[in-house]
Amino acid sequence: MKPLFTVRDLEKRYGSRIGCTDVSFDLWPGEVMGIVGESGSGKSTLLSCLAGHMTPDQGQVHFDGRDVLAMSEPERRFLARTEWAFVHQNPRDGLRMAVSAGGNVGERLMAVGARHYGNIRETATDWLGRVEIASDRIDDRPSAFSGGMQQRLQIARNLVTGPRLVFMDEPTGGLDVSVQARLLDLLRGLVRKMGLSAIIVTHDLAVVRLLADRLMVMKGGRVVEQGLTDQVLDDPQHPYTQLLVSSVLQV
Amino acid sequence: MTALDAYNFAYLDEETKRMIRRALLKAVAIPGYQVPFASREMPMPYGWGTGGVQVTAACLTPDDTLKVIDQGADDTTNAVSIRRFFQRTADVAVTEETEAATIIQTRHRIPETPLQEGQIMVFQVPIPEPLRFLEPRETETRRMHALADYGLMQVKLYEDIARHGEIATAYAYPVKVEGRYVMDPSPIPKFDNPKLNDSPALMLFGAGREQRIYALPPYTKVESLDFDDHPFVASKADHACDICGATESYLDEVITDDQGGRIFVCSDTAFCRSRQEDAA
Repeated sequence: MKPLFTVRDLEKRYGSRIGCTDVSFDLWPGEVMGIVGESGSGKSTLLSCLAGHMTPDQGQVHFDGRDVLAMSEPERRFLARTEWAFVHQNPRDGLRMAVSAGGNVGERLMAVGARHYGNIRETATDWLGRVEIASDRIDDRPSAFSGGMQQRLQIARNLVTGPRLVFMDEPTGGLDVSVQARLLDLLRGLVRKMGLSAIIVTHDLAVVRLLADRLMVMKGGRVVEQGLTDQVLDDPQHPYTQLLVSSVLQV
Repeated sequence: MTALDAYNFAYLDEETKRMIRRALLKAVAIPGYQVPFASREMPMPYGWGTGGVQVTAACLTPDDTLKVIDQGADDTTNAVSIRRFFQRTADVAVTEETEAATIIQTRHRIPETPLQEGQIMVFQVPIPEPLRFLEPRETETRRMHALADYGLMQVKLYEDIARHGEIATAYAYPVKVEGRYVMDPSPIPKFDNPKLNDSPALMLFGAGREQRIYALPPYTKVESLDFDDHPFVASKADHACDICGATESYLDEVITDDQGGRIFVCSDTAFCRSRQEDAA
């Protein structure tokens, strides 16, 4: 087996300040990796560089043997809407708020050439069902949805083309705990069922504990510790990781 | 001093015409692509056809015969004032007959009489960007055109069907030119869309306020976007003209009194009149 996604010596600077530096890892098919760290630790910068939203200053990114950074923009856009998916923290960034739920889910299909209305609608209905949105809401706009529903709709919209790699930026941020729990349950089910690889950026250790196979801890733009999730969380080695783990409130 | 001496031929100065002709050449070379141009102030308000007038001014020669229509009619305010403008500033021959015209400036219609080789259609365009109401950022729509990233246009048609059960867009119906650029055909009714395809005439589109020119050279392939299971239909009112009896022309509904009385008449007045004369 070959890794699906490889990153070598990735660096992004903002002027003289470090965004992230010296990041290397392999992501294997079906593997979920969590990236944790405090605000400003470079985890969002890293995710943006990986997903092609920002150009890193140094390093290599390969997806399925292809050099992502050397791709032309049409190629990268095509990749981004077929084999990749990006779930934003704020569903408003990832959804078209003036377009119905069905249209939101169908957009990726139409962008890759689907031209049969009945089939697009059927697929959209199926996906709304998978993310537990009632099918009679298909013609409602996302602005009429609750925060949790919007986030689930965003997930449906991203997964409809059957991507192999999903980037998630704080997918549960801004949701209350019971909605968070449902969303996590749903995500875990979808990731396992579809055999997705995923990179999840979060500051919530509970999220990675539940979803991630492997964990990367970042501080000041550098990776300070990485390993299996349970290993890192149960036996943190780096002082910062120890601090992070111990600062979670035990109820 | 006659009116003609007071102005340069066709109002615009020669430098401006050259600039517009350059934009026109580029537009013809890349069918459906919106070419920016330095639109001038014209002695009429935006929305009255400042783009079309500039294109016409740049194309006119003293030997041309000009026809101007507004919603198909030769005798409405917009058509009359633009026709008179070019009579005064260029002293060109004018006509109401489609066959006799060499340049036809139009707002919102293509004449019913089939166009011929050598004729030029000039369209007045309010908003040249077909993606504008879906994506407000010009930088982004330009990138979408550059990458032929047109899924969003299809989303608009999807929304139409989801909400109305059919593609309810009745005018400014988006088209794809030569399999490449998606273009707004200006607000002509979708009934006229098939006339754009493979037309022997040169079609020029001018948007004055938005400062864009685009074009369809003769015999260009123009397809209206649709879905496989909801194909494009060039719809019109299901009626015959109450004056000339034509069943194949595009109709206007005219309210005749406050008792609910209404008639349907040809929107192309020249076409309607020639049929009446033939019948008489």
